[in-house]
Amino acid sequence: MTSSSTSPLTDIPVTIIRPSRGWVSLRLDEVWQFRELFYFFIWRDIKVRYKQTVLGAAWAIIVPFMNMVVFSLFFGRLADMPSDDIPYPLWNFAALVPWQFFTNGVNNSANSLVTNANMIKKIFFPRLVLPTAAAVSGIVDFILAFLVLLLMVLGYHVFNIAGFSVSLTLNVLWLPLFLLLAVTTSLGVGLWLSAMNVQFRDVRHVVPFLVQFWLFATPIAYPSSLIPEAWRVVYGLNPMAGGVEGFRWTLLNTPAPPGAMLAVSAVTSLVLLTSGAYYFRRMEKTFADVV
Amino acid sequence: MNNVAIEVEDIGKKYHIGGLQAKYQTIRETLSSAVKAPVRRARDLLRGQSTGAADLHEKIWALKDVSFTVKHGEVVGLIGRNGAGKSTLLKVLSRITEPTEGIARIHGRVGSLLEVGTGFHPELTGRENVYLNGAILGMKRFEIDRAFDEIVAFAEVEKFIDTPVKHYSSGMRVRLAFAVAAHLDPEILLVDEVLSVGDARFQRKCLNKMEDVSHGGRTVIFVSHNMASVTRLCPRAILLEQGQVVADGLSHKVVASYMQSGLGTTAAREWTDPHTAPGGSIARLRGVSVRGTSGEPADAIDIRFPFTVEMAYDVLEPGYKLLPHFHFVNEEGIKLFIANDLDPEWRGKERPSGRYISKAEVPGNLLAEGMVFVQVSMMTLEPIIQQFLEPDAVAFHVVDSLEGDSARGDYAGTMPGLVRPLLEWNTQYYPNGK
Repeated sequence: MTSSSTSPLTDIPVTIIRPSRGWVSLRLDEVWQFRELFYFFIWRDIKVRYKQTVLGAAWAIIVPFMNMVVFSLFFGRLADMPSDDIPYPLWNFAALVPWQFFTNGVNNSANSLVTNANMIKKIFFPRLVLPTAAAVSGIVDFILAFLVLLLMVLGYHVFNIAGFSVSLTLNVLWLPLFLLLAVTTSLGVGLWLSAMNVQFRDVRHVVPFLVQFWLFATPIAYPSSLIPEAWRVVYGLNPMAGGVEGFRWTLLNTPAPPGAMLAVSAVTSLVLLTSGAYYFRRMEKTFADVV
Repeated sequence: MNNVAIEVEDIGKKYHIGGLQAKYQTIRETLSSAVKAPVRRARDLLRGQSTGAADLHEKIWALKDVSFTVKHGEVVGLIGRNGAGKSTLLKVLSRITEPTEGIARIHGRVGSLLEVGTGFHPELTGRENVYLNGAILGMKRFEIDRAFDEIVAFAEVEKFIDTPVKHYSSGMRVRLAFAVAAHLDPEILLVDEVLSVGDARFQRKCLNKMEDVSHGGRTVIFVSHNMASVTRLCPRAILLEQGQVVADGLSHKVVASYMQSGLGTTAAREWTDPHTAPGGSIARLRGVSVRGTSGEPADAIDIRFPFTVEMAYDVLEPGYKLLPHFHFVNEEGIKLFIANDLDPEWRGKERPSGRYISKAEVPGNLLAEGMVFVQVSMMTLEPIIQQFLEPDAVAFHVVDSLEGDSARGDYAGTMPGLVRPLLEWNTQYYPNGK
């Protein structure tokens, strides 16, 4: 455990280094001191992500878009899945955009410690900065995909495809909140997984499976109205269920997710985040030795 | 005011290392352990005691009961053999890893330089990496802005500053990395072996920079294997052995006791265990010594008389042409000369396996006064493969006599210079100025 304080006589900071026991404080003040490093990590991730690729940042659009095509074919066309009376591709894409942001966040933060192992072994900085920056750095990809989503909404509206017409409401103002829900959830999961990944590389094999499973536990290919009313609140235990339905609601005027379900989603997400942060801090002392 | 920069009290650090695996005797045991292990690990994981996926039974103390104090402005060298705990101690002090026991108090901002260029990203340009690396090392943006031109000039990469670092030569990369680190401005600097980077000219530049830093009132702890740079940069040194402090004091004395640990003299060393002796598959070093005119190992050599350096080595694989050689390095880290084995008996000949002792006689009236470190090295020729290179294998003092028959003559003051040959002098007198 380390603690810093400023001695009263001089402005020289005093750092005390000793073994920590049990659950330790999050030391968010120290993370705050290193906020510049946080920006630099995000900036590095963004700069480097599409280096030496032919299509570059287009990948940020291609991945969710192709997912949408597949879903539209199999669920929209073949299975004739209901989609709240919105054209299925549009309805599906509106969920895939935040979903992609979420999975990128989980993936990147789960691997953030292992990919930066060299730095962890050689340099001190609050380790929390790494998974946090990794979870947030997908924001540029999100913005690109989101612009495509807006274009799609506009296109469907202007050409009146499948009788769709948009009527944007003030609901849009809620959109950042649902985005925040996706960030806290992905960071919460990412913190748990990244700390475990240091000890057990098994995590790397678990993540794709987890993400795939989670995809089907979230109303992306199907509407949550398929879930019996009585179970909706339980369904909200998956924070992304509330997140995705809410995201759709702000843009496409689909039926609003029930308040109880949203509340459960928000609480679950916060519990994931705080428990993840404390677990991460607890395991942190072993990182440099084990990674 | 409290003048203490670093207080270390009884710091200990325990590591779990992969010990001997319990041998599974039966299929049943193997299976039951395969089932139990993940359960046990999952439990450890939740308790926060996990040691990773390996079965780690054995524990070692990398540091044990380490205590010392460093005052503000002191420059301290940390020396010891590989695995003595030097790097672990720096890691604990720079908060990269936690101690298992004990407490340390650090008064002031700490900058640590454990490896240059950590965090460099090959796809980013030099400019971008300077900012990224600076931030990783704890510099604020305005500090990097202020030092930027100086950093680039120091690294001598002005032309390539906007080129991705992956196109840099390894030398350029290292120079840039060191330059960033050298412009850190904390009150306390922890440095690990960074001077062993780049070419000789850049090493000198780094060494000078380190000297500026240490004269600038900064507190520095400096880990090095290079005894010459420790004695040059640090007035005080701490010697670690198997995780414990065994000597702490004036660096000349501590370096001497480090070099003596073994045979009780800096002038001779032996490697008794053939398995841990330095060397490759073809040759292994078994002993090195410096011997005076009497033929006994001597750590003080009279400047006027010749002396011999010798190395004993085993040739394990016959049929190679070998080149044993010595490097002589002075206290300031300057390489004085290299001596290659020229004995016609073995020169250019393939050697049968067995024990060899190669001796070289160094003439009197050649070296200047002061401490000289001998590096012992061996390589095969055709193809050239280094077998061993033992830096600071032995050391000795060259002592000048004041009897008037050495190169200093009747002058008793300090005489700078790398060598001190005794020249033939002849002075003619021309009373009429012709």
